[in-house]
Amino acid sequence: MNDLTHFEVPLRQTPFHARTAVLNKLNRWGPWAGYMTALCFGDEAMEHTAIRNGASVYDLCPMVKYRVTGAEAAAFLDRLTIRNAGKLPVGSVHYTVWCDDEGRVLDDGTLFRHGVGDYLICCQERHLPWLLASSAGYDVAVREVTEEVAALSLQGPCSASVLDAAGFDVWGLKPFRMVRFAFQGGKVTVSRTGFTGDLGYELWMEPAQALPFWDHLFASGAPWGIRPIGTDALNLARIEAGFIITNMDFIPADQALREDRARSPFELGLDWMIDWDKGHFTGRRALLAEKEAGSDWALVGLDVPGNISAEGSILYHGKKREAGFVTAAAWSPSVKRSVALAQVEAKYRKGDDLWVEIYALRELQYVKLMLPVTVVERPFFNPARKRATPPGRF
Amino acid sequence: MIYDAVIIGAGHNGLVAACYLAKAGMKVCVVEKNDWVGGAAVSRSLYPGFTYSNCSYVSSLFRPEIMRDLELPKHGLQILPYEGGAVFTEGGGYLGMFRDHDANRREFARHSRHDAEAYDRYSRDVLRFCRFIRPMLMRTPPDPSSFKPRDIAELIWLGRKMGEMSERQMADMVRFWTMSISDFLDEYFEHPVIKAYLAVSAIIGTALGPMSPGSAYVLLHHYMGDVDGNVGAWGFARGGMGSITQALARSLAAAGGEIRNGSGVESVIVKNGHAQGVVLSNGDEVRGKRVISNMDVKRTFLKHVAEDQLPGDFVKRVKAFKIRGSSGKLNIALDSAPVFPALPEGAPNLKGDLHFTDSIEKMERAYDDWKAGHFSRDPFQDVMIPTMIDPTMTPPGKHFMSCFVQYAPPKIEGREWSDADRDAFGQTCLDQIEKYSPGFKNRVLHVEVRTPRELEAEVGLTEGNIFQGELTFDQLLFNRPVPGYAQYRSPIKGLWMCGSSTHPGGGVMGAPGRNAAAQVLREAKLPNRMSDAYAVL
Amino acid sequence: MPSFSAIVIGGGTNGLACAGRLAAKGCRVVVLEAGAVAGGGAAVREFAPGYFAPALAHTTRGVDARVMAGMALERHGLGFHPALATCVLNAEPLSVMRGKTTGADAAAYAALIAKLSEFARVLAPFRGLTPPRLTSSGNEWGKLARLGLGIRALGKADFREFLRMILINVADVAEDELTDDRLKGLLAFDATLGAWLGPRSPNSLILLLNQLACGPDILVPKGGMAALAAAMVRAAEAAGVVVRCNAAVARVLVTEDRACGVELESGEVLAADKVISAISPRTTFQKLVGPRHLDAGFFSRVQHIRSRGGAAKLHLALTAAPDVPDLQARMVIAPSVRVVEEAFNPVKYGEVPKAPVMEFVVPSAFEGDLASEGHHVLSAIVQFAPHAPKAGLEAARAEMLENTLAVLEAHVPGLRGLVAHAELLMPQDIEARFGMVGGNWHHGELAVEQMLFLRPLREAAQYGTPLPGLYLAGAGSHPGGGINGSAGWNAAGMVLHE
Repeated sequence: MNDLTHFEVPLRQTPFHARTAVLNKLNRWGPWAGYMTALCFGDEAMEHTAIRNGASVYDLCPMVKYRVTGAEAAAFLDRLTIRNAGKLPVGSVHYTVWCDDEGRVLDDGTLFRHGVGDYLICCQERHLPWLLASSAGYDVAVREVTEEVAALSLQGPCSASVLDAAGFDVWGLKPFRMVRFAFQGGKVTVSRTGFTGDLGYELWMEPAQALPFWDHLFASGAPWGIRPIGTDALNLARIEAGFIITNMDFIPADQALREDRARSPFELGLDWMIDWDKGHFTGRRALLAEKEAGSDWALVGLDVPGNISAEGSILYHGKKREAGFVTAAAWSPSVKRSVALAQVEAKYRKGDDLWVEIYALRELQYVKLMLPVTVVERPFFNPARKRATPPGRF
Repeated sequence: MIYDAVIIGAGHNGLVAACYLAKAGMKVCVVEKNDWVGGAAVSRSLYPGFTYSNCSYVSSLFRPEIMRDLELPKHGLQILPYEGGAVFTEGGGYLGMFRDHDANRREFARHSRHDAEAYDRYSRDVLRFCRFIRPMLMRTPPDPSSFKPRDIAELIWLGRKMGEMSERQMADMVRFWTMSISDFLDEYFEHPVIKAYLAVSAIIGTALGPMSPGSAYVLLHHYMGDVDGNVGAWGFARGGMGSITQALARSLAAAGGEIRNGSGVESVIVKNGHAQGVVLSNGDEVRGKRVISNMDVKRTFLKHVAEDQLPGDFVKRVKAFKIRGSSGKLNIALDSAPVFPALPEGAPNLKGDLHFTDSIEKMERAYDDWKAGHFSRDPFQDVMIPTMIDPTMTPPGKHFMSCFVQYAPPKIEGREWSDADRDAFGQTCLDQIEKYSPGFKNRVLHVEVRTPRELEAEVGLTEGNIFQGELTFDQLLFNRPVPGYAQYRSPIKGLWMCGSSTHPGGGVMGAPGRNAAAQVLREAKLPNRMSDAYAVL
Repeated sequence: MPSFSAIVIGGGTNGLACAGRLAAKGCRVVVLEAGAVAGGGAAVREFAPGYFAPALAHTTRGVDARVMAGMALERHGLGFHPALATCVLNAEPLSVMRGKTTGADAAAYAALIAKLSEFARVLAPFRGLTPPRLTSSGNEWGKLARLGLGIRALGKADFREFLRMILINVADVAEDELTDDRLKGLLAFDATLGAWLGPRSPNSLILLLNQLACGPDILVPKGGMAALAAAMVRAAEAAGVVVRCNAAVARVLVTEDRACGVELESGEVLAADKVISAISPRTTFQKLVGPRHLDAGFFSRVQHIRSRGGAAKLHLALTAAPDVPDLQARMVIAPSVRVVEEAFNPVKYGEVPKAPVMEFVVPSAFEGDLASEGHHVLSAIVQFAPHAPKAGLEAARAEMLENTLAVLEAHVPGLRGLVAHAELLMPQDIEARFGMVGGNWHHGELAVEQMLFLRPLREAAQYGTPLPGLYLAGAGSHPGGGINGSAGWNAAGMVLHE
């Protein structure tokens, strides 16, 4: 495949493919941002168990990455995102979102500050035109670097021990901080971040280091049962953690065909990130107006009775009036209950008299259940080890 | 025998109208001057063993609701989505189009990473406009000057549709409707080839250039169709475009309708201000309670209806109706598949639309030639090789190539086309292809060159305009074809219009035929049993 | 730090009209003009020793009646010469005054102009309106309904014609209604004057309707165009406005997400409750406000406000009177629709037309002091000129000048022999001199997709802007340019309303 014959491989392989392909016993792959990504390597339940019990590895390469550099990088990001990027210390990471002029969310992602004028945005969707348009008038360069960075997510209570065994001392690394290590003549950046709501790290490197690093990591992690996980297991973990995903729990405003599908940070429960005092940012005036007038929607966590997943269900108020819909749901092995994320009309955000209509598949036949649900705090699963520094040696 | 309806012209709209009326129980007769049916949606064998789609050549707009109502798949219609497409650029490069989203993005990114991502936003925005406009296709336009309850109700419906939009969306829509495609694309894209590829739909069939205001709407006209729900996609009719009208003819026969071929209409019989049938050129009379013309509005009223039967204002407006031929067509039988060295081996791009115009400037210059009364020296061509997908049109290994060409004026500097002009036009187009496909001319077995002169003579499209009238705002919606006569009726009682000169306009869409039939049935107080318009996504 | 209730940026007719209206209601207003004199496009300039020409605009269709009365401009010395006839230069010149002319088409032309004037009459009130918003709230529905009914009251037939013709191209109208190339050419020329489109472009007729809605006549103020600006300055000052020249604004100051004043290029800071910009919206947002106080989507749309200038300005110093049928007429050279269209074609590609079309007046025939005794100045608007010439500005200017003089010589024999000095301002020169982006004298193309509630952009179409405290009042806002002050007057109304 060269530049011209790219069409022969419509789904690209990540730098880790040589390893993941061998391990993917089921050959279950799905597309993610133009890459093939493992949905499940062999056993979803065991892969989930690895996240919560030992150490799991997820191939993060398809995440879209933009590098933002320049003297006004912080000012640019402060205008772009709702959070204060200028206050983010070098060597730190924060979760953030950015909005369009109407204050509707375009995407969420993590922002890494590598230097005073050097940031990395890591997100689900592609935003180059928006980032470039936003950069007009700023002394800043924006470049997509997705293919230049290989990344793994190492998650699980033993992940610090695995890294330690691999020669990376992360015992002192606090959540949302990162540190750089030498590795075989190159560098590997370890950030204490993740998408499982558990203790975990994300590991960033040059693509050329991908395979040696994988081999080294798996050799070091063997005593802790390190195993690769697919998207299915990760999705279950992130629901337990109460995290939302673009295009699963909300539609990015620039992709929504129906105008009423776009959502604001208030409506996704992310308004806590807004820094009203940092100066103007895109969407600020619209959000200020929404703060005054109130929002239409709310994103809530639900406790669903019984043991059936409420995936794809409609929510009702008083069993009759449609009040919202479930965006993600699962039986949670970690909290032993059925949980869900849902968008509800703002007036039902407290959850009084809220019901879910579940179509439960029972031997090829759907059975309709109407169950009362309770709005509960997220994360559903919130272990102390996630925050502890130094993390315990499990 | 007196028919309930006599339909002039067996083009796709005439046949659609005839089918709906016959299905509703009317005795219907379609009269057609040619020995074959189909109008401009026709498959013909002009070279032994080869089938040509010799006028229209691709399908997208044909309403799926009509296919369903008239059971066209049962009568043999198959639409094959096409794969790929490419613009060949000066200097041996190309921009390809791919059905796979990621392949397409990477291809765009070869030219501009910005544009590769901007394309998604662009597609979303155009789709938003489609969602608004599509439901209007199969509705009769209201007369804004009327106080009739139906017109007012329709205006309110329209107002409500607009009211559903946000201020931003409404502003975007008004801008889009009035601006040029060139300006519109400039707001999204930076790369000239990408803009040239995307501008194509805004000029096909129209006497506007990509820099003319109003051309963005023409783009929408080509985007609002779909192939199996894939909005904006285009495909081939298996067996050529004639398969659409052949299926319609079979559907009509099944519903008990008749078609009389071989003799065109000389005049419409009008007695006491009421149409009562037609006189054919062979002298036969076909009597009917109503006459429905699938011919364009100029041909219908200026050639086949006595002027004294019509109000002067109406005639003046019909005369001023803009129906400007802007396109020509080459149909080519090829001994073997052409080779385009720019394309890598195995690329699917030949199974789609091929262009050789790599900038909007070139397109606009081609239009400047047309304005001056010449065919374009460096024309824009929309080239298709349906046989890359459809195995039924040629012997194995041979190919049929359809070249739609812009711009070709209805007259050369005010005089009629001569055969020499036509040949020079054909040669210009062949030379252009040869430049990107060396050896191409040696593969040619037969070429049919059609200028607006041939299109008018054979199909009866005035000036060879494929839309039976320009798609500019002064001739759209309630202005099409004539203000006050946009509801398929004419000033003569019992004389109706169902061709592309009426709302919503041209293309192999069938909507004018269906809308006209709905109005006829409504007046005749017969139920119409038409499917409701499908939702757009 | 001096403090005002309003700062108006830009001392052109719109800025002065806006300031005048605000001051009349008791606001403390300062007008900041970058140039040495107020007037903008209506100023006068010595382009060659002893020869003076109108800097840009050389005629007007009349100052907005509300401005005339509201600022008592007559009392402050503004008067007009009798309306100019138009003389279509040709082998057989044709004189046109309003709808009146001679020749085979006289009746048809009168009927057409009468019809278009009717359309213009029902559209005219929209010019004095704050553009409606595309929402159910925030509009004066009663007023809008009345204006809508006004259009319907044209009668059924004319109402239908109105809807058919509102977005039509002027070439079709000319071809449909007229036979005389001189009149067809004139119609095509007038409709596209100052626009970036050719007569065959859809949406071109509405530009002619807009001009007719400004006023039926072409006027020259007594004392020249500069006298108009001078009268406005006197009127504004009489109302208490402080007009400061040589006061270029460097940026708009913002505190607490609100415009609160300006900083001049000299570093001086002026504070005010409201900042009103009568200069180009693009310059206002891109340079004076900057991206930090604006949403990214809006800022990016600002960059896409189309502002291509298609007109060049020619000034000729003549040693004697040119040989024209009427020295006090507006001369038009536009032999046919096709010639106008073909003058536009090359501009699309950044090239210079071989045979440009133009209008010119001889200002010295009205005011003796513009040139020495027996000498004259000729002021022409020449179309079309590329705003971004591929060949580079110098080469394009030289070619444009040569082609223009050749056309002029062909229609005014002997003219070239009289030329003592020639100055041609290409769109880029106009941009450099008057700050009109792209050299477009409407501060943004006047085209349907940039009109009314879309002018200059949806978010700023009601004179307010997304930045609280900042307003627009220039030609870039509804209803566009022309030396009439309408936009400024409307903007002041909106500011006062708030």
